[in-house]
Amino acid sequence: MAVRKNQADLTATEKRNFVDAVLELKRSGRYDEFISTHNAFIIGDTDEGERTGHRSPSFLPWHRRFLLQFEQALQSVTPSVMLPYWDWTVDRSPRSSLWADDFLGGDGRTGDGRVTSGPFAFGSGKWPMNIRVDGRTFLRRSLGTGVRDLPTRAEVDRVLAMSVYDAAPWNSSSDGFRNNIEGWRGPNLHNRVHVWVGGQMTTGASPNDPVFWLHHCFIDKLWADWRRMHPTSPYVPNGDTPDVVDLHDTMKPWNDITPADLLDHTKFYTYA
Amino acid sequence: MSRPTRRQVLYGSAAALTGAALTAPIALAGTAAARPAEGHGHPAEDGHPAPDGHSGHDMPEPFDEMYQGRHIEGWPADEEGMRKGGAQKAKSRKAHAGHGSGAPHAAHPADHGGMHDGMDFVVRIDNDDLHVMRNADGTWISLVNHYQTFSTPQALARAAVRELQGAELVPVITG
Repeated sequence: MAVRKNQADLTATEKRNFVDAVLELKRSGRYDEFISTHNAFIIGDTDEGERTGHRSPSFLPWHRRFLLQFEQALQSVTPSVMLPYWDWTVDRSPRSSLWADDFLGGDGRTGDGRVTSGPFAFGSGKWPMNIRVDGRTFLRRSLGTGVRDLPTRAEVDRVLAMSVYDAAPWNSSSDGFRNNIEGWRGPNLHNRVHVWVGGQMTTGASPNDPVFWLHHCFIDKLWADWRRMHPTSPYVPNGDTPDVVDLHDTMKPWNDITPADLLDHTKFYTYA
Repeated sequence: MSRPTRRQVLYGSAAALTGAALTAPIALAGTAAARPAEGHGHPAEDGHPAPDGHSGHDMPEPFDEMYQGRHIEGWPADEEGMRKGGAQKAKSRKAHAGHGSGAPHAAHPADHGGMHDGMDFVVRIDNDDLHVMRNADGTWISLVNHYQTFSTPQALARAAVRELQGAELVPVITG
């Protein structure tokens, strides 16, 4: 069974295989297609209009499918590679092994935020910013400056305790688990992590930073945890909701998979 | 993947800018005009809604200023349409005529009508468009600070200037 591990538990070989596969997807052009897709949905998903990838109930299943697709792309390079997750309630410091030079590389430098170490540093020549919102062509980070602290375990537990998956109006003003984990309401979990990392992670082109995948993998794990805690709480809405992906509606851009198909992650992988 | 050129794509017709959201029967909130602009553009509490959300339904006022050496300006998108006249309309139409003329329109993979769907406000930094979006509670986000909410487009524009550190905005290829 395919197992997604905590990034802190990866072996040196697993880290190297993950990084090398990511770099190969970048080299071949496939990586940037993921950035383009994400950015398009970031722009297109609106509170009063059609919304699929964000600010809507399908935020969680959409990203689950998006990550599965990326993971499959990695496995086309190296079959053993699995996405790792970053538990930012535990690994809360810029000194975490996550940011070491044998994995994602470090914080950005003072002044322009440029990441200068690790496999994704501009100097490596292997990580160009082709899909970007401004003229800067180097990966940037500014860990802990946009917001001082990452979410705590207590804040996560508060959100996990919410028994309702989502609620009308099914957008950034909703109550319920989905909007609280996404971060438009409540303690602000997912959104805040993007801001904490800084650099490209604060933009619509956030997958430019490979930490995007580890962050969303943890969000995906929290959804799995939530479903285990609330086995009788269904995905909602489940019928004929304008602009919103109902339980059995297919999701763009794939048009061949529904939230219902994605609720049980154990069909695809488990979490260690 | 070829490098996106400046001014490439992104923009549909000015008509798309009228923004269906403006006519939606929804009580949009957040009258920024009544509030002083935030000098530091702090997001409302780490992405929390502005405390006065749901207090009104007016669009924020246009702005036009130099901020940290950059020219930032913004105005309600409905001035691009047929509702209002005035100099802003002529100016913005003229500006838009130069946008990616003849370039293929970047189709949203979800078949959205245009890149400005949901854009209630035009924001420019040194005459380059910054994509912005209004949240249901009346706060604002931009493509540069997409996971952080601001109470006014002006605060959002200033935050974008600080984030850009002198860099120019480039239209992003989305399709």
